Amino acid sequence: MSPFTAQQPVRRFAPVCHDISLAGELVGLHDSGALWWPDEDTLVVSDLHFEKGSSYARRGVMLPPYDTAATLEKLAGVIDAFDPSRVIALGDSFHDTNGSDRLPATYRAMLTTLQLGREWIWITGNHDPVAPVSLCGETMEEVRLAGLVFRHEPEEDAAPGEVCGHLHPAARIRRYGRSVRRPCFATDGQRMVLPAFGVLTGGLNVLDEAWSGLFPPRGFSVFMLGEGRLYPFTASRLVAD
Amino acid sequence: MGAMDAAGPPLLPPEFQRWFESRGWQARAHQLDLLEVARNRRSALLIAPTGAGKTLAGFLPSLTDLAATPRAKPGAAGSRRGVHTIYISPLKALAVDIARNLEAPVEGIGLDIRIETRTGDTPSHKRQRQKKIPPDILLTTPEQIALLLSDAQGREMLTGVKTVILDELHALVTSKRGDLLALGLAALRRLSPQLRTIGLSATVAEPDDLRAYLVEQSGDEPDREARNLADLVTVSGGAAPDITILDTDERLPWSGHSARHAVPDIYEIIRKHRTSLVFVNTRSQAEALFQALWHVNDENLPIALHHGSLDVGQRRKVEAAMAAGALRAIVCTSSLDLGIDWGDVDLVVNVGAPKGASRLAQRIGRSNHRMDEPSRAILVPANRFEVMECQAALAASRAGEQDTPPLRTGALDVLAQHILGVACAGPFLPDALFDEIRTAEPYRHLTRRDFDRTVAFVATGGYALRTYERYARLKDDGDGRLRLAHPSFAQQYRLNVGTIVEAPMLKVRLVRSKAEGRRTPVGRGGRMLGEIEEWFVDQLIPGDTFLFAGEILRFEAIRENEVYVSRARAQAPKVPSYQGGKFPLSTFLAASVRAMLADPGSWSRLPGQVRDWLELQRLHSALPRADGLLVETFPRANKHYLVCYPFDGRLAHQTLGMLLTRRLERLGARPLGFVANDYALAVWGMSDLGAMIAEGRLSLDGLFDEDMLGDDLDAWLAESSLMKRTFRTCAVIAGLIERRHPGKEKSGRQVTVSADLIYDVLRRHEPDHILLEATWQDAAQGLLDISRLGELLRRIQCRIAHTALDRVSPLAVPVMLEIGKEPVFGAAQEALLGEAADDLVREAMG
Repeated sequence: MSPFTAQQPVRRFAPVCHDISLAGELVGLHDSGALWWPDEDTLVVSDLHFEKGSSYARRGVMLPPYDTAATLEKLAGVIDAFDPSRVIALGDSFHDTNGSDRLPATYRAMLTTLQLGREWIWITGNHDPVAPVSLCGETMEEVRLAGLVFRHEPEEDAAPGEVCGHLHPAARIRRYGRSVRRPCFATDGQRMVLPAFGVLTGGLNVLDEAWSGLFPPRGFSVFMLGEGRLYPFTASRLVAD
Repeated sequence: MGAMDAAGPPLLPPEFQRWFESRGWQARAHQLDLLEVARNRRSALLIAPTGAGKTLAGFLPSLTDLAATPRAKPGAAGSRRGVHTIYISPLKALAVDIARNLEAPVEGIGLDIRIETRTGDTPSHKRQRQKKIPPDILLTTPEQIALLLSDAQGREMLTGVKTVILDELHALVTSKRGDLLALGLAALRRLSPQLRTIGLSATVAEPDDLRAYLVEQSGDEPDREARNLADLVTVSGGAAPDITILDTDERLPWSGHSARHAVPDIYEIIRKHRTSLVFVNTRSQAEALFQALWHVNDENLPIALHHGSLDVGQRRKVEAAMAAGALRAIVCTSSLDLGIDWGDVDLVVNVGAPKGASRLAQRIGRSNHRMDEPSRAILVPANRFEVMECQAALAASRAGEQDTPPLRTGALDVLAQHILGVACAGPFLPDALFDEIRTAEPYRHLTRRDFDRTVAFVATGGYALRTYERYARLKDDGDGRLRLAHPSFAQQYRLNVGTIVEAPMLKVRLVRSKAEGRRTPVGRGGRMLGEIEEWFVDQLIPGDTFLFAGEILRFEAIRENEVYVSRARAQAPKVPSYQGGKFPLSTFLAASVRAMLADPGSWSRLPGQVRDWLELQRLHSALPRADGLLVETFPRANKHYLVCYPFDGRLAHQTLGMLLTRRLERLGARPLGFVANDYALAVWGMSDLGAMIAEGRLSLDGLFDEDMLGDDLDAWLAESSLMKRTFRTCAVIAGLIERRHPGKEKSGRQVTVSADLIYDVLRRHEPDHILLEATWQDAAQGLLDISRLGELLRRIQCRIAHTALDRVSPLAVPVMLEIGKEPVFGAAQEALLGEAADDLVREAMG
């Protein structure tokens, strides 16, 4: 006997953001992990990692095949809430080069429906360096709009206004001897690193060595994802893994 | 069973007889009984107390048989080839120990018998050689049997085995390792139809369960009574143990498990004995008691510490010193419950409650390995409830009553692992494998549907969405047999074999303190002290002090997989690693304690302080009834409390607490939190619960209704971290996620797939997946103790007595003292984050 019977309802998103200034542009951080740029009517998501499950299955590790559906559902939720005229997927949209080819027809149709009537930009990432197969949208390595530049991996000495993903930021805080770890946005006001949007993606603690050089030491903030809200902390309040 | 057999040669061959006589011994009745069982080609379970010569008895039939079959030239007919006897023990160390012990008879009798061990530590060249030139007797572990069975050469080596000896069987069968071994035995019986088994066990509540485990079951027999059973040989008697409860003049603590009040008494006891084993229930209690004993150790008695997370080298050193008689006492956990023969221990001290009558009996058996002299033991209760529990355990011991847990139902994650292992050895017919598996006792009720689902899981993950068919690990080879799709999956299997999934551990290394020197980087080098759970280290910030390896240590830093610590000068550690009693109170002892409480006539056996305490409870509130549930309500510091006393163990109480708070929330009673110990549960909130009950707005029968195990449980499980931890274990055993292997962790944490994420996705999209079912079965038996909670709710139906009080009752004090020690779960995480963030706002705005 298993108690797991009822399917849980699909989560609905409210288009309410935490507004901050990034290199002079007003952007909104959403608790789904998406970034909303009202002036450009643009929604940005990073590291969707579609078809991660099947990518593992090819090697004999049979992860649940529901990750693509779940990520798509979540994406549909935020697109429904913001109704953007432009969507930017910040790279690693597919877990491997053949990911878009493996995408089952139903999901391909769902994705195509989401793309209808809006501009869609696929930024290439290290997992998906080539354009997705038979899907709409433009593929480019990076894109510049007004004061911001969008690329997958952060660049050394990038000019202010870089928006990127790749690192899957996560943060940990401690209180009363207990700790809580969550995915998060990480920013110093000049550069913004988005959390991974895909459902089967882990996170890398922002205090890990891989982050050194990205932000002034202790001179950045994180916005941890919560239910219906974000939790802001300065770096000095965070703890390592 | 008669030891003498009129027909046929004597059971004990002359050369064996002479060896016994040369040592001034004579074969004991049970040793001869086992020889006769062997002559009749039957399997047997031997139940004997320690010190009865159990191991030699188990090996005698094999030794005599081998002695009668001389080694012939290789290749000659009738020659001895292949393994004759396999000995399987739960502990690697035990296999090594037995190898040493067998040398005496083998050399003394002058037998030409090769005995070898095969464990995780055996070098690969020796393993290879063993497959080509097998020893006569192979001493090994359940995991090694699984590995041998997963490869064609290994199967060949195990073909023709005559005897399998299973040591410490009572301990093996209560875990998933027992499931794995049962499946291995079923496979061995197919390879060697003449196979006999001999189980060696301590006294258990249901010997028939173990007897059934040892032999082939028919599979279709639903009736427990009609199972096939091995013969039973018992060694009766031995002197009754001499057990006392420590009588102290100190004030008995209300709560806690440290028994700090009794430390001077324990030290005195150690002083008066030759060698004492001091058992505690958890690692942190062992650390704390060891510290406290050394604090009063004016005579510098050699007192050592032994528990499972200490460095292996250090543990071996302690064991060697013990064997050499150089120690006066060892403070230890269940790491010493099993096995190694010490010989010289003359006293067992059990600190804290024994939690189970059989557990106590086994621990006491560690003292005095001569069975005709009584074992001596002293029980040291650490708080007032434990006094009653010790009293109940003492009564059970005198009556010879046992409360070992019942046999398990075979786990499906273990079955999945086994099926992949079978496929690694070669193609198999599902029908034949199903029949074979059902001959194993734990799987005799396995349905064909569950078997097929498990095979599908192994092949493609078993998802309703059949998208992975083309990546399947098992493929049909055209004539109905399933074969491994690629040899690399066999490699995957070998890395993953076994059912012990360790919590992620970090090594602890001693370095010089940063605080003491100048601001230099933490130095390298330094001694390895042992390993510690990652979750514990997660709580620490540099500078925090904690107890480990018998010292107060200062946390310095984490470097890769190592925790750097330095010696601290602090008097007391800042961070206690509190885990409460590790074992839940056994149902049997719980019932005895409830009966004792309800019957003031039985209190004369209790110390004065405890009697006074219970007397006050009777005066101010009421006594819990043996078959009902006492519920007290009272206000305290602007909050309202509800305390109940089910005596069903911390795990079941915790689950009950989670479910009660959910219900109270829905009823508008605004609960704030709850806390549980082994005996009681306290819930508190903003609303006056007592008034709600009195005015009929809250029905206790409704509140404690069994239906809480439905939807409320389902909703709570979604968030339960215990459930997620259980899922991770099942997923690793079943091979869905790979084990963490030392050295491979550096590959970047963002690419590893977290078990929590898989759990969430699976729960949402395929709630009846076989792995979730396995998780649920585990949780019901283990961490959440849902089965016991169900029994509790049925027991108290319509038998709830409510007492409204104006203040805390005497009986409620212990559980009230636990408030604030509990971890946070689920929704509380959000609250914690919110609070921390709001603090920041105040800081910024203030």
